[in-house]
Amino acid sequence: MTALEIDRVLLDRATDVIVCCGSGGVGKTTTAAALAVRAAEAGRRVVVLTIDPARRLAQSMGLTELDNTPRPVTGIDASKGGSLDAMMLDMKRTFDEVVLAHTTPDKAEQIFANPFYQSLSSSFAGTQEYMAMEKLGQLKASGEWELVVVDTPPTRSALDFLDAPQNLSHFLDGRLLRLLLAPARTGGKIGMKMVSAGLGVFSRVFSKVLGGDLLNDVSQFVGALETMFGGFRDRATQTYEMLAAPGTAFVVVAIPEAAALREASYFVDRLADEEMPLAGLVLNRVHTNPAPALTGERAIAAAESLREHGGSDATGLVEGLLQLHADRAAAALRDQRLRERFTRAHPEVRVAEVTARAGDVHDLDGLRAVSAEIA
Amino acid sequence: MRLHVVTGKGGTGKTTVAASLAMALATGAHRRVLLIEVEGRQGLAQLFDTAPLPYREQKVASAPGGGEVFALAVDPEQALMEYLELFYNLKRAGGALKRLGAIDFATTIAPGLRDVLLIGKVKEAVVRADMRREGGKAYDAVVLDAPPTGRITRFLNVTHHVAGLARVGPIRTQSEGVMAVLRSAQTAVHIVTLLEEMPVQETVDGVADIRSIGLPVGAVIVNATRRPLLDDADLSRAAAGTLDLEGVARTLKEVGVEPSEALLNGLAEEAREHAERVGLEAREREEIAELGLPTYELPLLPEIDVAALLQLAEQLRNAGMVAR
Repeated sequence: MTALEIDRVLLDRATDVIVCCGSGGVGKTTTAAALAVRAAEAGRRVVVLTIDPARRLAQSMGLTELDNTPRPVTGIDASKGGSLDAMMLDMKRTFDEVVLAHTTPDKAEQIFANPFYQSLSSSFAGTQEYMAMEKLGQLKASGEWELVVVDTPPTRSALDFLDAPQNLSHFLDGRLLRLLLAPARTGGKIGMKMVSAGLGVFSRVFSKVLGGDLLNDVSQFVGALETMFGGFRDRATQTYEMLAAPGTAFVVVAIPEAAALREASYFVDRLADEEMPLAGLVLNRVHTNPAPALTGERAIAAAESLREHGGSDATGLVEGLLQLHADRAAAALRDQRLRERFTRAHPEVRVAEVTARAGDVHDLDGLRAVSAEIA
Repeated sequence: MRLHVVTGKGGTGKTTVAASLAMALATGAHRRVLLIEVEGRQGLAQLFDTAPLPYREQKVASAPGGGEVFALAVDPEQALMEYLELFYNLKRAGGALKRLGAIDFATTIAPGLRDVLLIGKVKEAVVRADMRREGGKAYDAVVLDAPPTGRITRFLNVTHHVAGLARVGPIRTQSEGVMAVLRSAQTAVHIVTLLEEMPVQETVDGVADIRSIGLPVGAVIVNATRRPLLDDADLSRAAAGTLDLEGVARTLKEVGVEPSEALLNGLAEEAREHAERVGLEAREREEIAELGLPTYELPLLPEIDVAALLQLAEQLRNAGMVAR
C-alpha cells in the first residue's frame, strides 16, 4: 500500500479543485473542511463548498446562514498569506440562478411560478448533485480562489454524483419532453391535432390519471424551459470537462466498513474508466491498537481467569480494561483486514488513515488534527 | 397499531431495526407481518440473505411461535403500472407510456407522484382484506423501512406534494386516502438513532418535522448501544488520568500478563477514550430523554444475521415495544 500524503495534493499550486466523494455517513464534510483548513493555513486562498454540514461544525466555520454566498472563516492562521471562505449549498437558489442566466426575466418568472419547477428544483433526484457541480463551476470561474474544495451530496450511491449532470440534461432532452413540447410550440388546440398518435394516447391517459390541469402545467413548464435546453447541455459538458481536467483531484472518502468500502471501490473504478484524476482514499474512523503487545485472545483469557479466581487489586477495573482491550484489538484487526482487502483489489490507490475519535469533530482545532494525521 | 414506519439517519441501522420489529410483531401462532422497502436498495434481501426481492410479497423468515414475515421491495415504476392496471385497466397504455419515457417522468421529475405510488402500495397492504384470517386483514401489521429522516417528511407528506401538482383527479383522491391512513391511530413513525451527535440531532429535528405534518411519532429506538465496561468511579479516574496503574500491574501479573509500561499506558489510553465516549453517550441519552417519547435500546451485535434479528426482536418484545 502506498500512503496518500495529502499535502502533496493540497500544496501543489496546480491543484485547483478537490472533490471529496464517498457514500453517506463516512465523514465527507469533515474531510473536505479539514483539507480546506490545512490548505488555507499553508498559504493558499481556499473556498470550501459544503452540502449538509453538522450544525456544530457549520457554526465553527461561521456557516450560520444558508445564503449561497461564500463567507470568510475566522480563526484561520493567515500568517502564510492564505485565507478560507466557506459556503453551504442552497440547491433551489442555485437552480434559480441557472435559470436566470439562461433565459429572459419574464420567461424566468413563468418558470419559477410553475408547480413543476418547484418540484424539480427542490426534489428531483439528482438536482442536488447537479447544483453542487454548477456551484463548483461558478466558484472556479470567478477566479477569486486558488483552490475550491467541494463536498458531494450524501447520495445513496457515490456514483450518482458523476451521472447527475448528464441525467438531468438527458432527461430534459428526452423524447417525452419533446412530445410534450409539441402542443406548446404550435399553440393550443390546433397543435394538438397535429401531434403524433403516441402523444394522443399519452395525453389521454395522463389527463385521465393525473387530471388535465396537470398536463397543461407540464406542457407550459417544458415550453418555458425549452429555451434553456442548450444551456443545460453545455453546462453539463463543461462540468464534466472541468472534473476531468488535470488540476482536479478526487479524494474518495470511506470508513472501514464493508458497504462503504464497496462504494469506494466502485467509485475508484468509475473514476479510472472516466479518466478522472484520483488523488487517493481517505479512510476515516480507523481503530488503532494502543497496546499491541497484548493480543485480544490473551486479554480475554486473562479476564476470564480473573473472573474465576479473583485478583489482589482492582479486580473489576482490570477485568474491564482487559475486555476493553480485547474489543479494541478486535476492532483494529477487523479494520486492518478490510483495508487490506481494499488495497489488494486496488494496489494503485494511495490510502491515508484517520483514527477513530470518541466524539465528532466540531472546531477548527479538530479539523487541524484530522488533516495533520494525513499530511 | 398496524403500520409501523421506521426512519432514522442513514447508517443508524434502520433496516435492521425494521426487520427486528417485523420479527417481534410476527411472533405468535398464525401471525403474519409484511416488511416493505421503497428505496430500491435491496437491503432486505441482503439482510435475510435471499436473492433480490421481486415486486411480489414473499416469505423471508419464520418468527418464533409460528408467525411469518413477508417482504416486498416496492419499485415505483411497477407500482405505477399496477396502479394503472388496477384502477384504469390500462395495462397496454402503461407499456406505451413506458416507451415514451412517461414513467421516468412520473417517477423522476415529480417525486411527489412517485411517493404517492410508493406509499399507496404500502397503504394497500395495510388495508387489504382477507376474510379467512382472524381480524379480516391480510397482514396483522406492516413495517415500512422508510427513507432516512432527512427525506421522511417529504416522503410522507404526500397530499402536500400532490396538492401543488394535481389539483383534482384520481391521484389527488388517492393521496388523500393515503394520508388518512398515515394520520390515523393505526400508524406510528419510529426513529432509529445511535448515541452520537448527528443521529440524535436528526432525531430531535425529525420528531418536530413529523409532528409538523400531523403524523404521530411512535418510539425512539437507540441502536447499537454498548454497556460501559468500567464503573463510574473508574470512569472518572480514567478520564482524569488517575487510575491506580500500580494495582493494575500487580493484578495483570497474577494472571500471567507482563505489565510493561507501554501496555499500561496503552490500557490507560483505551480507558480514557472509553470514558470520553461513555460521557458523550450520557449527554446524547439525556437529549433523547427530553423528547419524552417511549425509548427502546438495542445492543451492538457483532454480526447482523437472522439469528441476530431474532435476538433483537426478543429484546423489543421484552422491553414492551410490542405487546406480548
